[in-house]
Amino acid sequence: MEASYIRRTKDGRIHIKSGSKGDQVVRWTLIILLVLTVVGFLLFNYTGLELGSAIAETAYNLKVMFLEPTLSHFDLGEAVYQVGITLGLAFLATIIGAIIAFFLSLMVATNLAPAWVSRIIRIFVAVIRAVPTVLWVLIFAISAGLGSEAAVLGMLFHSIAYLVKAFSEGFEEVDKGIFEALKSSGANWWHIVRSGVIPTTLTYLLSWVFLRFEINFGVAVAMGAAAGAGGIGFELFMASGFYFDLREVGFITYSILIIAFLLEVISTRLKRRYFPATSN
Amino acid sequence: MNEKAMRKSRWQTVIFLLIIIVLTYLSSAITRFNFVEGMATIPEAIGWIFSNLMVTQESMDKLPKILEKLAETIFMSIAATTIAAVISLFLGLFGSKTTKVNNFLSVFARFIASVSRNIPVVAWSLVLLLSFGQNSVTGFLALFIGTVGFLTRAFIESIDEASQSSVEALTATGATYLQIVSKAVIPQCLPQILSWVLFMVETNIRNATLVGILTGTGIGYTFDVYYKMLNYNAVALVTLCIVITVIIVDLISNYVRKVIL
Amino acid sequence: MSLLKIEGLGKSYTADKQILKNVNFEIKAGEFVSIIGPSGAGKSTMLRCINRMVEFNEGKIIFNHQDVGSLNNKELRKLRTNIGMVFQHYNLVPRLTVIENVLHGRFGYKTTLQGVLGRYTEEEKERAFYLLEKLGIHEHAYKRCDQLSGGQQQRVGICRALIQEPKLILCDEPIASLDPSSSKVIMDHLKSISTEMGITCLVNLHQVEVAQHYSDHIIGLNKGEVVFRGEGSELSAEQIQKIYETNTKDLIIE
Repeated sequence: MEASYIRRTKDGRIHIKSGSKGDQVVRWTLIILLVLTVVGFLLFNYTGLELGSAIAETAYNLKVMFLEPTLSHFDLGEAVYQVGITLGLAFLATIIGAIIAFFLSLMVATNLAPAWVSRIIRIFVAVIRAVPTVLWVLIFAISAGLGSEAAVLGMLFHSIAYLVKAFSEGFEEVDKGIFEALKSSGANWWHIVRSGVIPTTLTYLLSWVFLRFEINFGVAVAMGAAAGAGGIGFELFMASGFYFDLREVGFITYSILIIAFLLEVISTRLKRRYFPATSN
Repeated sequence: MNEKAMRKSRWQTVIFLLIIIVLTYLSSAITRFNFVEGMATIPEAIGWIFSNLMVTQESMDKLPKILEKLAETIFMSIAATTIAAVISLFLGLFGSKTTKVNNFLSVFARFIASVSRNIPVVAWSLVLLLSFGQNSVTGFLALFIGTVGFLTRAFIESIDEASQSSVEALTATGATYLQIVSKAVIPQCLPQILSWVLFMVETNIRNATLVGILTGTGIGYTFDVYYKMLNYNAVALVTLCIVITVIIVDLISNYVRKVIL
Repeated sequence: MSLLKIEGLGKSYTADKQILKNVNFEIKAGEFVSIIGPSGAGKSTMLRCINRMVEFNEGKIIFNHQDVGSLNNKELRKLRTNIGMVFQHYNLVPRLTVIENVLHGRFGYKTTLQGVLGRYTEEEKERAFYLLEKLGIHEHAYKRCDQLSGGQQQRVGICRALIQEPKLILCDEPIASLDPSSSKVIMDHLKSISTEMGITCLVNLHQVEVAQHYSDHIIGLNKGEVVFRGEGSELSAEQIQKIYETNTKDLIIE
């Protein structure tokens, strides 16, 4: 007698997979990515590439960069000042972005805003996010002129998009009971936000702002140079593209790395403290 | 909350706000950022965008060429992400607390991830450009290195989160390391891993624009050429193409995520 | 004949804190033995020393005439195939099907390559279905484990242990996360495993009455030391107090 709950293939072997839709989609996603990768390599433009010598040369360049870093076209004080500019750009974009994102996310959180408002802003944010930061910066550079304004405004867009998502998710997790308690005491919408939502989510919001600051530092390295606002990225650009001075490139890379490490250490601590579930 | 604690927390808020204001002032000073002027340029910029960034019939003629470059960028991003994902999977397994082989490899994996992530993609592009020259491989490698860093960190977290208990159980049945990894850890983490990979494909298409400008490859290069020629209609078309691509990739990955997670 | 013999077992993670101190006991083949004691008494560590999921510092464990402490990696793997393990949180792979999770119990008998490729013989699959049917969850064979209730998941865990064809099953708090009726089902299954299949069971429990009801022998552990050994009926109120360091009436006895 054959039990009906055993699934067999035609030749009588027993299945052990469920063959669910999820499994299928996983398999096809993997296959498609793989095929596209292979096709990509076939289509690449390999003009002027000599792989062997390029790898050897890069290895040598990296060795010079990391083992013999020096400054030759500017001094240490200047380097610190340029890092300061980059940090400043990142800070401004983050802080202005955070303020705008805060108000926008109040209109996005489904428990605070009507569904249609939330939907419109979400689509708006998705479109803004789809334009690469560098394009925003360059577009602002023509329309607003070169300088820190173009860099900050260009970086602002992605900061806002990122923070709106994080903030609105935070607001949506606020306990329903708080809303009911405040509503029943006759509080209006702004009261609820001020005395219910903000106090319960503040540390969470601040952690996300800091995480964005960490990202913005990396972005500001490139964008400061692109917008003509200066910063350590501009020096990097000059050292590698203009002076071809690898030792200086190495020094600049180290200075960026040190700041990035510091920011990462702080943000890991913040994550561990405020989102223990996501960072173990 | 008693009065004393409340007064203390009020003081903390005031001090915190003061620090933020001072930092904002310092940042504005060092970057010569004029807040009022900056804000005032926004309407101006938007006006400029709407009057100049228009796709015209003339620029539509350039579409085939733009699409060709766009395809190069898309393939470059996907290839960089997939290859990076394979490397990151190994680094992730070595770096994770539950599946690490030994402490040396664990530290090594985390170190590689940290360095490649924290050196901005600009720096990698510029260094690679020196010896690899202006071609797709340079762009590919620059994206690849940054992606390895990001994905390794993400994979370490996914593996740590998903597999502790089943690794213990399978070790207790006498399974070998490779059996445990291939039959418990990977099946459990795969959807999460794929989700990160799709996220990274999308991010890399956007990053590829910057990398392309720097290394003279793909859609970024096309953008740069038209931008320097002040052909803003073509710039608008390039931007539109990128936006549509990113949104399509975003929609596809959201669908996949919804089904598999 | 004793299947498992533990002599002078000691374990410490740091020099000043000893988790297990001079533990001695013996278990005969086919017995059902419970270890009871308060949280932190070292029950879990005790169990994990037996299949060396935790390395012990002192003493000797003899399982099936083998000195567990002296085994090399290959021999240890062989030993583990002979010892099944059931966990408080089931420790299944949630995204895989029930049948796949059961078959994971066969890895110890396979080469790495067979395991990685997921090559199971038809007999193994038939056996898996037989066990699932025996524990009454065969209808769920193709469901993902995260779709099952706690009690059902624990039965999958037991099937995974049974398909190893073990001589001993170690159960670490198997019912601590379950409701009373599921707990009864699980304990009944474990009991029948020892009586019908002749597989020895060593079970960590925190409910005294459950231990008394099901076990042939009870071992009471407190602060890493064995403070009681005997049959369930011999366990008096004073002895419970000694194990738990509180009065019986202060304990919630289920």
